[in-house]
Amino acid sequence: MASRTDRGPVIDFDRFRPTRSSIRARKRKDRLMTVLIGLSFLVALIPLVSVLWVSLSKGVQRLTPDFLTHNMSGVVGGNPTPTGGYGGILHAVIGTLEITFGSMVISIPVGVMSAVYLVEYAHGGRLAKAISLMVDVMSGIPSIVAGLFAFSMFALVVGPGTVNGLAGSVALSLLMLPTVVKTSEDMLAVVPNDLREAAYALGVTKQRTITSIVLRTALPGIVSGTILAVARVIGETAPLLIASGFIATTNPNLFSGRMTTLPVFVYNEYSQGLAVCGPGADPGCLTDIHMQRAWAAALVLILIVLLLNLLGRLVSRIFAVGRTR
Amino acid sequence: MSEKPNETATLNKAKRVDRIFKACATGAGILILLALAAVTLFLILRAFPAFTGDADSRTHAIISLSGGRASSFLGYVGPLVFGTILIAGLALLLAFPVSLGIALFIGYYAPIRLSTLLSTVIDLLAAVPSVIYGLWGALVLVPNITGFWRWLSVHLGWIPIFSGPVAAPARSVATVALVLAVMILPIITSVTRDILIQAPRLQQEAALALGATKWEMIRLAVLPFGRSGIISASMLGLGRALGETMAVLMILSPGFSYSLRLLQASKSQTIAANIAAQFPEADSQGVALLVATGLVLFIITFIVNYLARRITAKAGA
Repeated sequence: MASRTDRGPVIDFDRFRPTRSSIRARKRKDRLMTVLIGLSFLVALIPLVSVLWVSLSKGVQRLTPDFLTHNMSGVVGGNPTPTGGYGGILHAVIGTLEITFGSMVISIPVGVMSAVYLVEYAHGGRLAKAISLMVDVMSGIPSIVAGLFAFSMFALVVGPGTVNGLAGSVALSLLMLPTVVKTSEDMLAVVPNDLREAAYALGVTKQRTITSIVLRTALPGIVSGTILAVARVIGETAPLLIASGFIATTNPNLFSGRMTTLPVFVYNEYSQGLAVCGPGADPGCLTDIHMQRAWAAALVLILIVLLLNLLGRLVSRIFAVGRTR
Repeated sequence: MSEKPNETATLNKAKRVDRIFKACATGAGILILLALAAVTLFLILRAFPAFTGDADSRTHAIISLSGGRASSFLGYVGPLVFGTILIAGLALLLAFPVSLGIALFIGYYAPIRLSTLLSTVIDLLAAVPSVIYGLWGALVLVPNITGFWRWLSVHLGWIPIFSGPVAAPARSVATVALVLAVMILPIITSVTRDILIQAPRLQQEAALALGATKWEMIRLAVLPFGRSGIISASMLGLGRALGETMAVLMILSPGFSYSLRLLQASKSQTIAANIAAQFPEADSQGVALLVATGLVLFIITFIVNYLARRITAKAGA
């Protein structure tokens, strides 16, 4: 019996040799895609650069010390106030800080503790799966729905038409919670198991192991994740428009009365359009003062958000676990 | 039976603290479930009057909020749902190819040192608050893009969606979709990038060793691997776009129709922007109606996000 190799088929390898034109076509396609992919990045850069540049150039115009230290009470149309400014954002900055702080107080303990439950106690049980799914669902809640929820809750629990800073905090905490849970969960999960086992072997109770070893090790990551979550919600407008309202004066009380925040201030100024400067108006009257104030407040907001982002990144980079040792 | 009662006491105390801590952690987890249940519950409770209240006042509220263009709840929410899905879908259509390109650029084309910088830039894009995109869109983009839309409608006006007359200023669906595309770009990009850079290294090298060009390598070894991740990333982006309020509110001149003519004025409105626009002036019945539309939005985004998670979960398993 003749072996197979003796009468093996003669392969015409030249048939499979790529023709020159096909090589060229493939190269052309490769080059085209490289260009397209590079181009897509440049396309994405245009809006970013434009947004940052416009807010910087237009915002600087009105960003004076007077703007930062006054609220909008006593500001009429485009006329200057007696202090020489055109009103300011002091009340909005205070409102933003208080409402954001309120949402942190609500969402950080709940978020971190749920992450502790998910990582340290649940071990993939049914409840844990449900919680993980709901956290994912929660991260997709439209911000305006969170605002409607806070409004409805306060209307039904406290009384109809309750609009205050706390309602805003509740709405924001709902938006912040998923991020806090997710990042804390990730950070707790990377804490080496050796640390836990070493602690248990020494007879340390589970609670103390978690608080003074696991959470301690994961702290930088949790802090940085939380800062990024704060940076995300600090720019939220729609829920606060509904839940916290708008007011021209400074309201330091989180628990009662309307409260202006920076993003709502920006929107409110924008929506007023051009100011009226009638024949009898002050010579310093500016018709586009609303837009100037909107851009200046927007610049302050961008600066706050970027600083928070920077801070979050720095914290995670400087105190990262297991990188330097 | 310990010899020292003191030690037993501390041990008992430690055990008690342990139990309390566990209860706290479990409670926090359950609180998340409760919070989501509360969102649904309170929205339903507040929206209730829109369905059960006195028929006359219900119809009256719908007529006044829609400017006389609808008299039933479905007639009211229908065009809003249409507008929401139209604008979000367009935004996704615009953002998807660009973010896929950026993700590939960061993962496979840019030098490693550059790619971390680029990721940071994309994250910055995500960090800019929506109200600032709205301001930028309304005051910078709208005046500058009107000419382009006009050019588009002159040359491509025979396609119905581009037919004129072009809105001037361009506060049209097309402009809003463009701004929303910029806003959802970062989330799609970062999720896609995370998936794509996990593509198996050996397959890529095998493809290259067989003489594939870089693009062929990506098409053969990277994209098939990342397909489900890319789909779920776009769903996440879609969810974002569906719920976006401020940019739409500040840019779009609202309309109330089932029109696909993207460049014309006053054709559509989204649920979210409609709530924000009408909420301040609505009476109690009107608020109930708006909350009911919010509930519809909640359900839509819920479905989209749930599908996105399902797709990723399946791919991960």
